[in-house]
Formats: sequence, C-alpha cells, structure tokens
Amino acid sequence: MPPIAELTELIVFVFLASAVVIGALGVVLLPNIVYAAFLLGGVFLAVAGLYLMLNASFIAAAQVLIYVGAVNVLILFAIMLVNKKEAMAASPGTGLRRILSSAVCVGLLILLLRVAFTTPWALPGPAPIGEDAVIRLGEHFFSDYLLPFELASVLLLMAMIGAIVLARRDVFSTDVGTGEAVDQALIEKARSPLLVGKNINQKPLETNP
Amino acid sequence: MNTSLLVPLEAYLTVAALLFCIGVWGLINSRNAVRVLMSIELMLNGVNINLMAFSSYLDGYEIRGQVYAIFVITVAAAEAAVGLAILLSLYRNRDTVDMEQFNLLRW
Repeated sequence: MPPIAELTELIVFVFLASAVVIGALGVVLLPNIVYAAFLLGGVFLAVAGLYLMLNASFIAAAQVLIYVGAVNVLILFAIMLVNKKEAMAASPGTGLRRILSSAVCVGLLILLLRVAFTTPWALPGPAPIGEDAVIRLGEHFFSDYLLPFELASVLLLMAMIGAIVLARRDVFSTDVGTGEAVDQALIEKARSPLLVGKNINQKPLETNP
Repeated sequence: MNTSLLVPLEAYLTVAALLFCIGVWGLINSRNAVRVLMSIELMLNGVNINLMAFSSYLDGYEIRGQVYAIFVITVAAAEAAVGLAILLSLYRNRDTVDMEQFNLLRW
C-alpha cells in the first residue's frame, strides 16, 4: 500500500488527465461551438492543475491568467461576433477525409507513445527546486534567455498592432474617385468578384457618388 | 520535494500525446474557423505539458522547460490575437466562417 500522499497524487492525476482528454474530445466533437469554447476553458484549467502537480506554480498561474483569462475570452468574443447560424453545405469526400485523418492521428499517437515508452529517460533527474522555481525563472530570463525574452516583448507588440490593423472596421481614408469615406470591406466586396463566392447571398453595394 | 513514484513520466507524455493528436484531428476536420483556432490551442497545450513534464522529471534544477513553456504561452497568445483578427476580417469579406469556402488562393 503506497503512502497516502502518493495515492492522493495518483487520484488527482487520473482525474485531471481524464478531464483534459474528455474535454479536448468535447472541444473537437461538440456541434455547438459555444459549449466547445467553455469546455476549452475547462481543459485549460485542468492543464493548469497538471502544471501544479509538476512543481510549476508560476506557470500554472500564468496559464490560468493568459489562457483562461485572455485567450478563452477572446475566442468567446470571436464566437459572439461571427455567430451566424448557417447550414454548412456538405462537401464531397467528408467521410473519406475523416477516416484518413483519423488513421493519420492514430498513427501519430502510436508513434509518440512508442517514443515515450521506449526511450531510456535519464531518471531520476535532479530533485525539483519547487517553490524556488520563480527565482530560477527570473535568473534565466535576465541572463541566458535575455534575447528571446526581449524578442517576445517585440512579438507581443507586433501582434497587438497587427490585430488592431486587421480587425478594425473603419478605414479613415477617402475614395480617390468619389471623394467619400470608404469602408474597406464593402469596397472589396463590390469591386472584386473574386472575393464573392457563388453560393453566398451577397447584397450588391450601392455606390452612389 | 521530489518527483512522484506512482505517477511516472510516461503518464504525462501519454496525456500530452493524446491532447496533441486530438488537436490535429480537430484541425483537419473542423468546418468552423473558430474551432480550428481552438484546436491549435489544444495542440500548443499538449506541447506545453511535454515541456513541463521533462522540466520537472529530468531537469528539476535548471527548469529550462518552464522557460520554454513561458515562451510558448507568449507565442500562443499572440497567435490567438492575430488569428482571431484575421478570422474577423475574413468573416467581413466572405460572410461565412466555413473553412470549405475560404478557397481564394486555391488554384
């Protein structure tokens, strides 16, 4: 009979791992995308619990703050903005594609599991430093990982500006021909027939100069 | 504080592999573009579980896996923001989120 602490750890691991896997299956398979988004938040929380079991309390907190607090809320906002009930037309070869992709994914899973179970890991490694991990992380970030750390900040700035530029609706510019303020999306719909699919109900844009 | 004896390293690797493969399957088979982005987040989380497991079991003193996990989380947040902005722009242009109809650059 193992000690009570390790038994508790095993029970918690089984609970969190099953929550992760079942939640991920729900995210992929549920027809309602709002349920899928909320399940995704549950998966993120369970992954944060796994991080806590792996002696990484700082990363667990970052996971809850960034993934559950930011990314999941962003996805929910996107669902609210594009939530249109549309009957997606059946595309040919869906069944064959599902079978083929399932085979590929199962093959990938078998490959990954074989690598995980046949590689002789250098166990046991050094003892984890536990709650001193935050200090060690700070030392890494400001000594040997300083350049990637600064590059990450530049990347976040680029992503922020890029997201604003891509998602904003108003383009503060005037049409050369008419001299009126133009909306980029409507102009693209009206002028380039490439962008208009034949099975999309498009209202033609009335451009009255 | 030491690593567990009852929960081996391979258990975490199995969970990570399952999560990654579910993400790949959803990435291929989703029709809704938002669900494709959610599948990408699932795959990134699978990779992060791998990094954290190795960091705790094999590299407990230098915890380089946690450093990499922070970078992965950063890139994932940037990817989610830009991806959803692109999705909104696409929805404004095409009036749909069906992946099958985003065939503008396909031969």
